[in-house]
Parts: sequence; structure tokens; C-alpha cells
Amino acid sequence: MRDQALIKKFADILGVESVFTQESDLLTYSYDAAGLPGQAPWLALRPQTLEHLGRAVKVCHEEGLPLTVRGAGTNLSGGAIPRPDGVVLLTSALKRIIEINQADMYAVVEPGVVTAQLFAATLAHGLFYPPDPGSQAVSTLGGNVAENSGGLRGLKYGVTRDYVMGLSFFDSEGNLVHTGARTVKCVTGYNLAGLMVGSEGTLGVFGRIILKLIPPPAAAKAMVAVYERMQDASETVAAIIAARILPATLEFMDNFTIRTVEDYSRAGLPREAAALLLIEVDGHPAQVEEEAARVQEICRQHGARVQMAQDAAQRDKIWEARRAAIPALARLKPSIWLEDATVPRSQIPAMIAALTEIAAKCQLTIGTFGHAGDGNLHPTIVYDKRDPDQRQRVAAAVEAIFERALTLGGTLSGEHGLGLTKVRFLADEVGPATIAWSRRLKAALDPKGILNPGKAIGG
Amino acid sequence: MASPRRLAALLAELEDQLITCMRCGFCQAVCPLYGQTGREADVARGKLALLDGLAQEMLRDAAGVQERLQRCLLCGACAAHCPSGVKVLDIFLKARALLTGYLGLSPLQKLVFRGLLSRPARFNRLLALASPWQAILARPADELLGTSCSRLVSPFGPRHFRCLAPEPLHRQTPELHTAPGASGLRVGFFVGCLIDKLYPAVGQAALKVLAHHGVGVELPALQACCGIPALSAGESLTFHRLLAHNLARFRPERFDYLLTACATCAATIRRMWPLMGRDLTAAQQAQVRALAAKTRDVSQFLVETGLVAGGLAAADGGRPLTYHDPCHLHNSLDVTSQPRQVLAASPGWRLKEMAAPDSCCGMGGSFSLHHYELSAAMGRRKLANIKASGCQTVATSCPACMLHISDMLSQAGERVAVRHVLEIYAEGLD
Repeated sequence: MRDQALIKKFADILGVESVFTQESDLLTYSYDAAGLPGQAPWLALRPQTLEHLGRAVKVCHEEGLPLTVRGAGTNLSGGAIPRPDGVVLLTSALKRIIEINQADMYAVVEPGVVTAQLFAATLAHGLFYPPDPGSQAVSTLGGNVAENSGGLRGLKYGVTRDYVMGLSFFDSEGNLVHTGARTVKCVTGYNLAGLMVGSEGTLGVFGRIILKLIPPPAAAKAMVAVYERMQDASETVAAIIAARILPATLEFMDNFTIRTVEDYSRAGLPREAAALLLIEVDGHPAQVEEEAARVQEICRQHGARVQMAQDAAQRDKIWEARRAAIPALARLKPSIWLEDATVPRSQIPAMIAALTEIAAKCQLTIGTFGHAGDGNLHPTIVYDKRDPDQRQRVAAAVEAIFERALTLGGTLSGEHGLGLTKVRFLADEVGPATIAWSRRLKAALDPKGILNPGKAIGG
Repeated sequence: MASPRRLAALLAELEDQLITCMRCGFCQAVCPLYGQTGREADVARGKLALLDGLAQEMLRDAAGVQERLQRCLLCGACAAHCPSGVKVLDIFLKARALLTGYLGLSPLQKLVFRGLLSRPARFNRLLALASPWQAILARPADELLGTSCSRLVSPFGPRHFRCLAPEPLHRQTPELHTAPGASGLRVGFFVGCLIDKLYPAVGQAALKVLAHHGVGVELPALQACCGIPALSAGESLTFHRLLAHNLARFRPERFDYLLTACATCAATIRRMWPLMGRDLTAAQQAQVRALAAKTRDVSQFLVETGLVAGGLAAADGGRPLTYHDPCHLHNSLDVTSQPRQVLAASPGWRLKEMAAPDSCCGMGGSFSLHHYELSAAMGRRKLANIKASGCQTVATSCPACMLHISDMLSQAGERVAVRHVLEIYAEGLD
């Protein structure tokens, strides 16, 4: 009875077409891209306006209903998986770019705007929004902010955190809270935006987001460096940074990934190479020329053969090869497990050695590629999730990867978040006091514990 | 007996294909329906999860899944862009057949499929009887587009539809058996229902082009539908009747290529016949494979054989026209440059691309019958792109797209002509 009355209450507020109650709709909100067993929610809501979003949160608070906000459902750590007694709040109808301000270089967006669409819209205004997570073609900015998403450009341009100037969000009671401003400088009150970024939906529900924009680089130059020894590739990364050059992208591929991509796309990659670095420098044309030449020289000094892209078509080909990494690996076996444990970039050789060792020990195939410039590798395990034995070995391998990343001074997650999959390892990285403090904070801000319970800090 | 357990057993055969979806959700970027509704059950990932749910018995609502599975244009954009290569259309068509087999057809579907579509001679006779009545029930809406709308309240709603041709192609040219000319090539010609009954001029244009290039044509009498409406409804019985009917008429050894001017027929014969023909005899299966391998869109054939010189550079000047990529050529068969090359070889015209030429027009065959509002919303986006191109003519390679785009243009009162690529090219051969 309570259920029917509640459903009617939501329908009265949001309109009946924005309330999903049938099991064949609810099942489609049971999963995200992490590949975990799903969990259908009790109800899914698709508010059409920010006001409706706030009122929905308010009702959830009044009724003590757990709520999980869902953008494109591309989370790689189970952060979008709801509770069975809870509500999924969809942002897919909240997709307006409210403002792109050329004079003050910022954008104001609703949480459901797709990352790539903001990128395209800012470019049309002569501006640039750099964060480019791998799922940017579908991921939403609300999700990016909640997860503090990274991407290929992290080394030079930073991650989502570096572009959030301000936010408005609904607290657990449905009150609208504002933080930050449209100005470059703002020290009014606590830096709540800093707290909200990467909070995985556990502290509030985003309404509007103010994002910093920058001038786009005028020129770019890409190259591929081919290595016969892994060690030479990692030393090149260190040498480029030591030369005080920050490439826009500095990507790595191991031999297994190279061979898999080549089998899949016939892009002409050297199958025998131990490693590839895919490098792009951008900026003022003169600076690009100079830095490209310098990077090429550094690569050669470390024993690489370097192919410089001569035109846009060759440049596209380089990045196509990188983009093919996941599709190519995904086709080898029914399932993939994509990790993002991150180490200080000087520890990349040690991490790669550890991955080889872990793959052998757990008898698994691991292809490794990723953002060498910022130490954020993506060891990708290919397996068949229907086989319990393989699942168990994947779990063991993942645990070993975390353990090694932490030993090397790294972190559990560079950009995918802790969600459900990594939360039990949190204490290993931050210790009990940090968890206790975080949970006290959560309990104070969300006393009923309704905001995406169990994610990010567990509990 | 209908039970979740039995359905799960039926769906088990899809398991190896279903498991390949890693739930990355990238299909959301390209699905025209999801772009309209933002509902996960409308995008491929959601539908695959629902089928998985039925197969794993996590879900009992088979009718609910069927209804959602039918909400799909079968445009194939998801499959064309899927990182892990999930064969989405194969899965959806097989699953529709399994679900329809499990839940049964509605009485109306039974009548239309088993009583009419699967009996080509009866179907033709009925439409011949209906044709003269159109003038009474419909009034012309736009002469340039050849559209009509209902005089009174009608089951067609607000649509501006195209009337049945006074004389369908199978009356104009009941059959044709010509020897190869200068090209030394001989082709089978599969007409398709829409060209036969609504756009016979497109069929005549194709035949004129083939004659011009010295291509011999084998056009067998009393051809049947390619079967896509039945496949789309999950109606295997009708599909197999139609397939058997067509197999008796098209002998692959009699021609070098099997041509069609309909993108949907081309994709169905090439991709779906081999997939869905598992219950056939070994000899029939071999025939299906041979026919599929020989199947080409006419533009594709003209460019592949060198009859139309390659290259996209058109002469300067000429009237501008824009081209719409039918999903079944662009996504299913990767045929995109060939129709443009045929247009480039058409004197007096200059191709001017519209924005997003490859975005779906919203037709999706029977999808537009059941979900006209969604279909029209996608159509209006296409309409806006056509208008923005500034062209007075839009060409395409699929009569189904022609039908829907004409409807959209006509309702909006736009003076833009909708032509098949082959009509444009054929005109230049005079």
C-alpha cells in the first residue's frame, strides 16, 4: 500500500511518464559498465527539470529511500548499481548546456550533458574543455564530476577536478546548496565543490555545474615511438618529463596489446615491439615544432624508432590505434576486467614487471596500456565471467595488483572510482582514521544514509 | 506450455552472443531512438540485458521484454559502432522470433503475415483491387513529392503517404530475361515490395541503367517480399514461406550478381537470409549463401564493376542535391561512397552534403507503424538537416527512406523533391 501511494506521489510530482515501475524497465537500471552482477532498483525516476530533481530527492529523504543517480551508466567500479529497495534518479532528461561564456571562459551545464557534446559545443565557440575520459562519447558531466574522471589529457591538462569552478547540488534533504562561482578566484565559504568532486554520489545530487574552459591549442603534433625493450620506454617517459616537456598525451601499449590491436585493426603496428609510446605535443605552433623535435630526439636516445605523423590523417591513425585497444582486447574473450590502479610515473617499470608476474601466477591474460605520462595504467584482464574458477583468479589478480600499486606508493584508482569493487581495499591505502572521518562526515550530511549507500567509503 | 523455464531454454542458444556485451554503453552515442527518449530499455545495451535477464530467469515479464525489443528501428548503428563487436541485429531478430514463437502472433498479424504477405499472388490481387479506391479516400497533398493525406479520419493519422502506383512494376514488366550486352555481365533483379507497389519508376530507372550499360537482366515473375517485415515481427513461418518462394525463382547460377535498388532488401538478403535459414535443407542453405554472396545494391554494383567510373569529383556547376545514407546501406553493408559516386557521374547535378547524412530518417519499417510519433521526431531532425543544406533535391537509395522523408517534407510544406539515386543517374542517360 505504501508502495502504491509513493509511486503515485512521485507520478504527481514528475508526471507518470517519468516514473518507471515495470520490471523490464527496472532491470535496465541494474548494472553499469563494471561487469558486476546487477541489482534492479525498486523504482526509477526521470525528472524533466532541476526543480523536479530536487523534489524527488526530498521525497526520498522523507521516505528514507536510498537513491542512486545515474547518467550514462558507464561507471567502471559499480558506482551506478542501485539498492534493491532504492530509487534510480536518471539525469538523461537534464541535458541542457545553459551557457557558454566566451568572455569569462566558462560553461554552465545540467548534469546529463554528454561530455563529448560539451567538448564540441565549446570548440564551436573557440574554447576548449580538456577532460576526455574514454567513455566521453556517452558519459555525462554529472557522472564525470561525481567520479572525478580523467582521460588521455590528464598529464598536461589535469582531470575533471581542475575544471569545476562551482556547483549547485541538492543535499540529502533536497535543499539546493551553492558553492563556487563564475570567477577564477573565489574563497567564499568552504570549498564544497572540492568535496563534492569524486564523492561518487554519496554527498549530494548535482543540479548545475560551472566548468572552466580554456583556449584550444593552436597546433598539435603526434608520433609513435617503437621500443625493443620495455625499460627503454619507461625511461623515455621519465626523460621527457625531466626535459620539462608536458605532452598533451603520452600513452603506452605493451606487446600483448600491440599484437591484439594489430590482429584486430591491421593498422600496421610493429607486432614484435616490446612497447609503444604514442605521444602528442600541442600548443603554439613554434613551441609544438620545438617540443616535437626534442621529444623525438629523447625517444631516439632511448633506442626507439620514431614515426612522426606528417598530416592529420596520419595523426588520426595513431589515435585510432590507441582507441582500438579496448575493442581489440574485448574481442579475445567474452569478458574484460579493466583496472586503473595508478603509480607515480617513475614506478611504471616496476608496475609493469609486477603485472607480468601476476598474470603468470594467476594464469591469466593481461594486456596493459594506458596513460604512461601520469602513471595511470590500464591492466586489462580478458576472461570468461561464466567460469567461477576464472572469476576467482581475476579477483586474486586484482587484489595482487592493488597490493603492488600501494607498495609502490600509488593509489587504488586513478579515474574509475572505488564504487563497490574497490571499497574493501580502501583501508589498505588510507588507514582507519581516514575512513572513520569520512564516515562521520557522511553521517552528518546524510543522516539517513540515503545517498548512494555503500559506495566510495563503504559503510 | 508457456513457462519462464521453457523460454530461458529457448534463449540459451543466444547465450554465447549475449555474453559478448560488456555493458560499456557506447551504443547510447549512436542509437537514434535513445537520442529521443533517453530510456535504457530503448538502447541496445538495455535490450541485451533484458534478454540476458530472461535467459537467466531473473525476469518473468516476457511480454514486457518483447514490447521493448520491438521498440527498435533495426538500423544497426549500435552494431556498427560496438567496441566488442556484438552482433546486435542477429541477436534481436533471433530473439524476436523466439519470443513471438513463445507468446504467439496477434490475430491481425496472423491475417497480414500468413493470409497476405506470405501469398504474393493474393497480396498483389488485393492491392490491385484497392488501388482505384485511393482517389476517393485520399487527396493529393504535394504534387512534387507525390504524397497524399486522408480526406477523412483514417488509420494513417497525420501521415502524408504515397498512394499505390496505378500500375505496379509487376504489371509494367512482369518478367525480363535479357542476354548480357557490352558488359558481359548478367544480373538477377530483386524488385522488393515498395519499389513494386509504390515506386515502380525506381525499378524502371534501374532497368534502364542496366540496359544502358549492357548488363543482361533476369527478372523472374511473381517475386515475393524479402521477408524483413516478418523477421522484424518475429514471424518465422511467413519468413520461411517467403524465402522458399524466392529461392524457387532466383537461381544463383543464372547470374553474376543479384541486384536490388532497395537498401533494406539488400541488407536482408545479404545478412539475414543466411542467418535465419537454419531450418532449410542443405541444398537450400547453399543456395541462400550463394545468393547472399552475389547480392549488391545497384550503385555498389555499378562502381565495383567499373561501369561507373570511381571518384567523387563532380563537374563544377549543376544543381545542388544532397544525399541521405539509408541505415541498411551505411550500417549493415558499409556502402556509403558508391551511391555518391553514381551521383557524381550524373550530369547536371552537384552533391552537397547535409549535416549527419548517416543519421537515421526514423522510418525503420514497421517501427513507424507502431511508434509513429518517435519516428516522426527523428524524421523532423532529418528534415532540418535537409533544409539546412539548401538543396531542392534529396537523393537516397532506399524506397522506405523515400517514403518517410517525403512524409516529413510534405507535412512541413517543404518544396524539396525526394529521388532515388538511380532515378537521378538514369535521367542523365537520355
